Amino acid sequence: MKTYKQSLGANIFDVFNLILLLAIAFICLYPMIYVIMASLSSPSLLMQHSGLLLKPLGLHFDAYKSVLANPDITTGYANTLFYVVIGTILSDALTMMAAYVVSRKKFPLRNFFNIILILTMFINGGLIPSYLNIQNLGLLNTRLSQILPVAVSAYNVIILRTYMTSIPVSLEESARMDGASHLRVLFCIIFPLCLPVFAVITLYYAVGTWNSWFNAMIYLTDRSKYPLQLFLREILILNETDSLINSNAASGIEQVQISETIKYATIVISTVPILCIYPFLQKYFVKGVMIGAVKE
Amino acid sequence: MSKKQIKILANPSHSLSTRIIRALKQNYELYLIFLPVLVYYIVFYYVPMTGIVLAFKNYAPAKGIWGSAWVGLKHFENFFSSPNFTRTLVNTLRISIASIVVGFPAPIIFALLLNELRLRRTKKIIQTVSYMPHFISLVVAVGLVMDFVQRDGIINDIIAFFGGERIAFMTEPNWFTPIYVLSGVWQEIGWSSIIYLAAIAGVSADLYEAAAIDGAGRFRQLLHVTLPGIMPTIVILFIMRVGNIMSIGYEKIILMYNDLVLDKADIIASYVYRIAFGAAPDYGYSTAVGLFNTVINIFLLVATNYITGKVNDTTLW
Repeated sequence: MKTYKQSLGANIFDVFNLILLLAIAFICLYPMIYVIMASLSSPSLLMQHSGLLLKPLGLHFDAYKSVLANPDITTGYANTLFYVVIGTILSDALTMMAAYVVSRKKFPLRNFFNIILILTMFINGGLIPSYLNIQNLGLLNTRLSQILPVAVSAYNVIILRTYMTSIPVSLEESARMDGASHLRVLFCIIFPLCLPVFAVITLYYAVGTWNSWFNAMIYLTDRSKYPLQLFLREILILNETDSLINSNAASGIEQVQISETIKYATIVISTVPILCIYPFLQKYFVKGVMIGAVKE
Repeated sequence: MSKKQIKILANPSHSLSTRIIRALKQNYELYLIFLPVLVYYIVFYYVPMTGIVLAFKNYAPAKGIWGSAWVGLKHFENFFSSPNFTRTLVNTLRISIASIVVGFPAPIIFALLLNELRLRRTKKIIQTVSYMPHFISLVVAVGLVMDFVQRDGIINDIIAFFGGERIAFMTEPNWFTPIYVLSGVWQEIGWSSIIYLAAIAGVSADLYEAAAIDGAGRFRQLLHVTLPGIMPTIVILFIMRVGNIMSIGYEKIILMYNDLVLDKADIIASYVYRIAFGAAPDYGYSTAVGLFNTVINIFLLVATNYITGKVNDTTLW
């Protein structure tokens, strides 16, 4: 783009605009910087500190040692990974099958199936009927209760359907003429063409499961099945850090101090994986937002 | 008369059943592929919908949903006559409207300002950084907010630096809505701006050129080219947002509130949750209150869908 001579007013605006946007970016970024720096700080120095924290006060890895040695956190981590991996594979498969069928233009029940999907976005039984349903199915306090109720999201089916509808029909028609089955068309023709959007919905499902806690809170009673977020809730919201602190770590004041850095170390361990991944997948996310927005 | 009907009339030997069988045979593969999804939706969505009848029953665990006694509209009458009705309704509307008033324009302004930034690399970096809070889980986000607004947290440090009194934000009922809304803006401002940035990118460069030739400066271009260019997007998203006025993220409310701020924080959905899983669970009553909320939601969605349809016809979208 050519640059034109600008008025003084425009130059002043540019400077202020840049400062304002950098400030917004800083506000978005600072909480994570703070958490990372605090988790590495010396517990006693952190207590006395006030104001911005942009570098660690001292360099201590004790908090990480306590967190990683804590059975709750490792159990939660393993459970979350299990729910994310198995749940996402199942979700992907079901979403792809649903989207394929409702995107077939010549399929007579297409609209009926579409309505079945879309209705669920507006109407649901509500908290108690859903809970009793899980209870009746015998899924209470099972790992499946974390995977099945959220297995298919109609929203993601619609995103994938929209994309599949935009694929030229001629591609699959020639394959169908040659005698390929629908399943073959789906896997060998449609699936490879949908990969970018498929990446989007995979990420939506994975991030959704990684961050979810509510279903775990109402459906699970057994701590050995808790996902990471539920343990995080105990530590961050309910302030129950006792189980994390090494009991032979001396006095009460020290324990309070250590519990703070342990909190931050837990946040880092649970959040940094996703924060490291998303910048590289950004363009896919953006694509998903766009397709989702023009769904009709 | 359509072609299909003519064909059927011309060939009366095709009875309904043979036609159905033929149609099934022709597409049996598609039915098979959809079957697991259909079963899934019936089991996990449509069966629970029948549980809505609980709203009109007194649930007795031993008798199950269908065996429990009918009580008619008793639960609804109880809800409408209880102080919780006005309280939760007012809270729902207050929090939701505040979220719209502050949270809706924020990403639009952010997108417009970002668009004015000429440094492309800086723009890209700011964009990426602004998405970050969206990926932080609700539990961690609320945990961070609580940490930052606590007595010796950074927000109070700043207030104290300017000579103000430290505020106990989390236990002060009147601060609940601002904290809820502003933390929501923090978490979603970047993510929500994606769609506006895309709309801005879609505005034709010719229009800017024409405006520039006519002597419009950058501010006038923003006002008379960019803004009208993204107006259809803004209008539709606004209508959809208003349609969702009664459905607030109750998970965040449940994480954020405590007994001290309940008066200003308890929304209908969090109330439903508390009666269902509180000390004295009442499944029937909880379902009834939840149903009340759902019915209003559906009404609003249908109304806004209708309005969006009208707007879609009259605008360039």
